[in-house]
Amino acid sequence: MSNIPKELKYASTHEWLRNEGGGIYTVGITEHAQDLLGDMVFVELPEIGANVAAGDDVAVAESVKAASDIYAPIAGEIVAINDELEDAPETVNNDPYGDGWMFKIKADDASEVDALLDAAGYQAVIEED
Amino acid sequence: MANRTPLYDAHLSAGAKMVDFHGWDMPLNYGSQIEEHHAVRGDCGMFDVSHMTVVDVAGPQATEYLRYLLANDVAKLSIPGKAQYSSMLNTQGGVIDDLIVYFFSSSDYRLVVNSATRDRDMQWLNEVASQFNVTVTERPELAMIALQGPQAEAQLAGVLGAQNFAALAGMKPFMSAQVGELFIATTGYTGERGYEIIVPANAVVGLWQQLLAAGVAPCGLGARDTLRLEAGMNLYGQDMDESISPLQANMGWSVAFEPADRDFIGRKALEAQQASGHSVLVGLVMESKGVLRHGQRVLVNGGEGLITSGTFSPTLGFSVAMARVPAGSDTHAEVEIRGKMVKVSVVKPSFVRNGKSVL
Repeated sequence: MSNIPKELKYASTHEWLRNEGGGIYTVGITEHAQDLLGDMVFVELPEIGANVAAGDDVAVAESVKAASDIYAPIAGEIVAINDELEDAPETVNNDPYGDGWMFKIKADDASEVDALLDAAGYQAVIEED
Repeated sequence: MANRTPLYDAHLSAGAKMVDFHGWDMPLNYGSQIEEHHAVRGDCGMFDVSHMTVVDVAGPQATEYLRYLLANDVAKLSIPGKAQYSSMLNTQGGVIDDLIVYFFSSSDYRLVVNSATRDRDMQWLNEVASQFNVTVTERPELAMIALQGPQAEAQLAGVLGAQNFAALAGMKPFMSAQVGELFIATTGYTGERGYEIIVPANAVVGLWQQLLAAGVAPCGLGARDTLRLEAGMNLYGQDMDESISPLQANMGWSVAFEPADRDFIGRKALEAQQASGHSVLVGLVMESKGVLRHGQRVLVNGGEGLITSGTFSPTLGFSVAMARVPAGSDTHAEVEIRGKMVKVSVVKPSFVRNGKSVL
């Protein structure tokens, strides 16, 4: 059984979002996603200041198994990235919802978040896989 | 339902993530394949390789049979227990399988062949055997554990006890000995010292649990692949198959063209290929970010090739690969990775041995 925290929002492409207040959201990949990918070896992150649209591929998680695109779940500006992943990509495996976060995005329109999946909705998505 | 080795339940209780491997339910990893990789390079790990096929060859014409069947020459073997890396080829020189042959006497040999090619191998072994006075016996009642790493010797000595281990002490690589019900060979697929232990299926769980209790790390197919690739060892079906000759797969050293009067299946095709030229398997090293992977396109000297196996090397901290390219390649090449051309260096296809970089 995969851990899917109730307080987060999810994209069907396996990213999670945490509301940090002030229109800023932290984004990472789910425990289920890191489990599918296996040991992470490189994480390529977006540029701070980049303006992205929902669904843009903004980062790459490269594991022993495959290179996988990470998509922006909502439109906005990248305001922070997790530099720690440069030297410790395995953090994504060990703590996907915590220290393994990837970037923070300032939403253009916070109502976009409402359209994302809740924990139950994401659970349904991974059961279909 | 997929085949299961006798260690299936032991894998589940060790937390294995199981995957289908050519019809077998096998462990991919027990948590982290990179940690398992490092365990083998720095300490000791074990793999369930019970899916591999053990075949005994016996009879008055066993030597004649194997000298005709195999590209390497078993007549080079004279010490009982000695092992040899070899391959069996089709008449076009393509590799039906690579294998290890163990010599016991001129009428008694053992082969260990791949599981993925089992049906084709058995059909070919039997077909060629029909021309010789020889018996070919598959041994499905045998299981196998590969114990690999710098601490493998100490761990095996501990589990076997001093008296049993005496027969193995100081054994050189590519030798084997029967110790009670265990057939123990100093062979492997990791580039480390270690053993491959063939054991009756009903005793393999006991041996596995003893090694586990001694602190040996169980390792899955994921680590097995990165270890063999770092060691520059081919994977059948990926680095070579029936359409590829050993000369195109960096296996020329395992083809015995001498003595010139030994006829073996595929010989004429290989000689023709030597005369006309052929592609070669090289190593690639990419020290920048990213991972070289199977199927990526390689540009070299105006020619084009393909990566047959690629991975992130946990020991080196960057990516390495094997690629089949036109002969006479430069020291540099370019690989197309996710739409971008990336510069890589071309080296011999061997990257790590005994825990250390050989680049």
